[in-house]
Amino acid sequence: MFDFSVVTTWIDELLRVTLGLNNFWTLFIEFILIGVVLLAVYAIIALILIYVERKICAFFQCRIGPNRVGKWGLIQPIADMIKILLKEIITLKNNDKFLFYLAPFFVIVGSILTFAALPFGLGLHAVDFNVGIVYILAVSSLGIIGILLAGWSSNNKYTLIGAMRSGSQLVSYELSAALSLMTIVVMAGSMQISTIVEEQSDMWFIFKGNIPAIVAFVIYMIAGHAETNRGPFDLPEAESELTAGYHTEYSGISFGLFYVAEYLNLFITSAIAATVFLGGWMPLHIPGLDGFNAVMDYIPSVIWFFGKAAFCVFLQMWVRWTFPRLRIDQLLKFEWKILMPIALVNLLVMAVCVVVF
Amino acid sequence: MNEALFLVALITAIVMVVGALVIALLISPSTTNSQKGEPYECGIPTRGNSWLPFKVGYYLFAILFLMFDVEAVFLFPWAVALEAVGVQGLVTVIIFIFILGLGLAYAWKKGALEWK
Repeated sequence: MFDFSVVTTWIDELLRVTLGLNNFWTLFIEFILIGVVLLAVYAIIALILIYVERKICAFFQCRIGPNRVGKWGLIQPIADMIKILLKEIITLKNNDKFLFYLAPFFVIVGSILTFAALPFGLGLHAVDFNVGIVYILAVSSLGIIGILLAGWSSNNKYTLIGAMRSGSQLVSYELSAALSLMTIVVMAGSMQISTIVEEQSDMWFIFKGNIPAIVAFVIYMIAGHAETNRGPFDLPEAESELTAGYHTEYSGISFGLFYVAEYLNLFITSAIAATVFLGGWMPLHIPGLDGFNAVMDYIPSVIWFFGKAAFCVFLQMWVRWTFPRLRIDQLLKFEWKILMPIALVNLLVMAVCVVVF
Repeated sequence: MNEALFLVALITAIVMVVGALVIALLISPSTTNSQKGEPYECGIPTRGNSWLPFKVGYYLFAILFLMFDVEAVFLFPWAVALEAVGVQGLVTVIIFIFILGLGLAYAWKKGALEWK
């Protein structure tokens, strides 16, 4: 399988030996390269997801979807991006200016920090702490602060209600997300993302862990879906009740940043599910079938990772365009009375299985 | 190295937001109009301030969340070291989660999980 660390080592040697730079400048140029690549991949994924979401939504509703700008409407998201950049950023009279402009920072910082911790392929892994899972849970919850700030600082009743709902929903569903990821940590014996991926080299955790792992996967997908404020859980921005929820007062690109972060959070949730449960960039290996495993190894790791993430993204879009919206009390009841007790019991079942067998 | 990369990602995010806002400020039109600064409500002039005491119906959920989040912090080290602590650690954690479950059952019985 192609190892991307060959490329990164080559760049490192090119800078150090061929160009003769010292340690500081080498690292400086490498960090700028990493930042540019992160930003480019982040933006491209956002554009692709916006296009795919509109197309999939259209097919679910028996429409064609965007089809005028470019072949099959492929340039539509780029046109949208240029349009949103050209829109005026309206300055409001009575809002809290500082917090109002601080809010997009929290939302974007939360999602890029999580994004940097994803294993995109063999040797393509930026931030890899030994407490990876806790790191991901911690930085992804920075977004909640941004949403609360946005809702509060706009001085608008819709945004305030939207932010309050969003806060209760996000903190509640974070618990089951953490507990279901913990179920896998129990099995892997490590929180480091790279170790979790390598542990799945003989078999993915969702197959290795039998029923508890499948239950944890389903719980994580539901909780992740709620964390991204989408689908049946889109109460914070329920457009028929709250106009646009917490970002009602944002216009132009400052709205665009919330929009991009929302789509990236969808991708990040799916990618974490793909990494922890479906093996990340690890190909499908079945013990005993050596020939089959060798053939699977020929498919590049990046394709495996993005394929699995795309599968999870499609699941989430399917759910979003299929189910009607819940009520806020049903939503909280579902989390506290059904999802979290199941996640706790599931964690104990998995721990008993790991200790006994 | 990881800490440095963490800072790189943080700076990337800040650069992205600042860059997007600066580009938009440079190329977007800007007109002033006293009606534009009003909060969006329903068309008629806005009444009252939105920064007012607000009945936070999920106050109890936030307290319960604190309890369970601390529990998650306690459980993560155990989850990593499960092989080492073995049966003894498992029994301890079962007792811990049982006590926590009693707390949840109490809140449930008292009606803290109902939206009122």
